[in-house]
Amino acid sequence: MTLSITVNGTRHQVDASPETPLLYVLRDDLGLNGAKYGCGLGQCGACTVQLDGKAVFSCVTPVSAVGDRPVRTVEGLGTIDRMSPLQQAFRDEQAAQCGYCIAGMIMRAQALLDADPHPDEAKIRAHMQTNLCRCGTHMRILRAIRRVAGVPNDGAGA
Amino acid sequence: MVTMLGGVRGRTRWLLALLLLAVAGALIALALSWRPAIAPIAPPAPGSFAPEQVARGAMLAKLGDCAVCHTREGGRPLAGGRPLATPFGTLYSDNLTPDPETGIGNWSAAAFRRAMQDGVSRSGAHLYPALPYEHFTHVRDADLDALYAFLMTRRPVREAAPANRLIFPLGFRPLLAGWKLLFLHHGETPVDPMRSSEWNRGAYLVEGLGHCGGCHTPRNLAGGEIRSQAYAGGIAEGWRAPPLDTSNPAARTWTQEALVTYLRTGISPDHSAAAGPMGPVVESLSQVPEGEVRAIAAYIVSRMGGSPAAPIPPLPDHADAAARAFPEGAVLFAGACAGCHGPGAPMLGQGRPLLSLATVLRDTDPTSAAQAVLQGIEPPIAGRGPKMPGFADTLTDRQVAAVLGYLRARYTDQPDWKKLSAAVAKARKEGAQP
Repeated sequence: MTLSITVNGTRHQVDASPETPLLYVLRDDLGLNGAKYGCGLGQCGACTVQLDGKAVFSCVTPVSAVGDRPVRTVEGLGTIDRMSPLQQAFRDEQAAQCGYCIAGMIMRAQALLDADPHPDEAKIRAHMQTNLCRCGTHMRILRAIRRVAGVPNDGAGA
Repeated sequence: MVTMLGGVRGRTRWLLALLLLAVAGALIALALSWRPAIAPIAPPAPGSFAPEQVARGAMLAKLGDCAVCHTREGGRPLAGGRPLATPFGTLYSDNLTPDPETGIGNWSAAAFRRAMQDGVSRSGAHLYPALPYEHFTHVRDADLDALYAFLMTRRPVREAAPANRLIFPLGFRPLLAGWKLLFLHHGETPVDPMRSSEWNRGAYLVEGLGHCGGCHTPRNLAGGEIRSQAYAGGIAEGWRAPPLDTSNPAARTWTQEALVTYLRTGISPDHSAAAGPMGPVVESLSQVPEGEVRAIAAYIVSRMGGSPAAPIPPLPDHADAAARAFPEGAVLFAGACAGCHGPGAPMLGQGRPLLSLATVLRDTDPTSAAQAVLQGIEPPIAGRGPKMPGFADTLTDRQVAAVLGYLRARYTDQPDWKKLSAAVAKARKEGAQP
C-alpha cells in the first residue's frame, strides 16, 4: 500500500506493506543509510532515529505507526561540510571506531539535547543506556556529548 | 422582642457549649496522639555489634527491600530522598544511615523498634504509612535489632530528604494517630501448627518484613489495606500488582518451584517475567538464602490455592480471529512485536514464555499490560534476565490500545478489555516519574 511519511522535512510517498519496519523504508526506499540494522529486536540502538523529537528504534517501528509524526535521521542533522555541533564533537573526540553504532548514538543524544540543552552526567548516562557500542568507544561518545552539553570533561567517570 | 433576644442568647450559649466541646475533643485527640521523644544517644561504635548480627541484618534488609525506597536515583544506598508518589501527595524517604544530623545516628535500638512497630519517629512524630509499619509491626524484636545493627554499621551519609509535598491537611502528623487506630494492628503473625515450619516461616516473612500486601492488597480511600480482601491485587507505581489469592489469573498454576525460580531470577518459563516495581523485589530476593525464598513461595502458593494436579488447559492462539477483530493491532504486532514474540522468534527458542502464558494479558485490568508495552522490561538483575524495549515514544496511546486488544484476543480466551485507549493514557501518565 502507499503510505506517506515526512523525513527530515520532506514528504515522501512510499509503497510498503504497513508492518514494514521504518528502518527498511529509510534505507531501501529512501536511500538514507545512516541508521543501521543491528539486532532487529530493539536491543542495540544502531537503528535509532527521531520520531516526533523522541529517540526510537526504527527496526521495531512499523512504518504505518509513523502517521503524521515527523521522522529525523542523521542525514537531517548536517552534512560532511556543514556538520551539526554534535556531529562535530563526535569527530573532534574521535568517537567512532567502526562507526556502526554512531548514527544511532548521535540521534539518541540529539533527542536529549533538544529537550534539555544542558543535561548533567547522570542524565546523559541514563539516556544513552539503551545504545550499545561493540568497539567500546562509549567513553569517547560520552565525551562528545558532554562537549555539546557543556558538562566539563574533567576525567571524572570518563 | 424579649423572647427573641432570649432565643438568640440561648442559641449563642448552645454554640459556645458546642465550641467548647469541640476544642476539648480536639485537645483530647491531640493528647491521645502524643508520643514522647526517645532520648538521643551518641552514635554507637560499629564495633559494638556482633558481626553475625550485622550479617543477619543485611539479609533481613534485603528481605524487607529497605534500600529500594530508601535510596534515591543515583544516591548512596539507604541515604533516602527517593520521591514516592501517593494519592495524597509526594513523600520523600528518610535517610537510614547513621548520620546523627540527617539520618538515624542518634537513635537507640528502642527508638528504631518503635518506628518499625508503631510508626513513630525518635522525636515522637508520627510517621506516614508509606513506611509499611502495619506489616513491620509483626517483625520480632530480635530481627529488628539485627536490622538496627546492620543500619548503624553503614557509613553515615549527610543528606537531608526534601520536605514532603502533601495535600492539606495531611501535613499535620497527629492525624496519623487516627489512621493507626483504624489500620495498624499490632501482634505477631499467628503460627499455624497444622502447617510446616517452612510455611510458617513464609507467613512470617510475607506478612511482616516482606510487606507483600503493601502492593498486592487493594487499599481503601484512606490508603489502608482492605483486610477482608487480602492479596486480591493492588496498585504499585502505576502498575497493577496481580492478585495472589485464588483469583490469580496465571495460565499455569503456580507451584512452589516455579515461584522460587521467578522470585530469584525474574522469570518463570511457564509464567512470565517480573516487570515494573517487581524488578527490585527480585533483585533483593536473588541475594538472600534460597531457603527464605522457598518459605515465601510456599506461603504465597498456598494462598493462591491452585492444585498442580489440575489438568493443564491448552494455550490459546487465535491468530486469525484476532486479526479480523483488531486489524491495526495485528499489523503493529507484526512490525513491532513479532521479531521476539512471534512464532519461531529466537527468543522463544531460549525458553522464554509464550504470550499465551503472560499473566498481564489474562488479568481483568489492562494496566500492567499497558505499562509493559509503554515502559518495557528491564532485567531485574543487572546483566541477566529479560529485556524488552519500551514503546512509549514509538506508539501512540491509540496504537498501544490496538496492540493490547489484539494480544488479548489472540493469546487468551478472556473477554475484550473495555475503554483501552483511556486505560493506556492513564497508565502513561501514572508511569511517569514524580
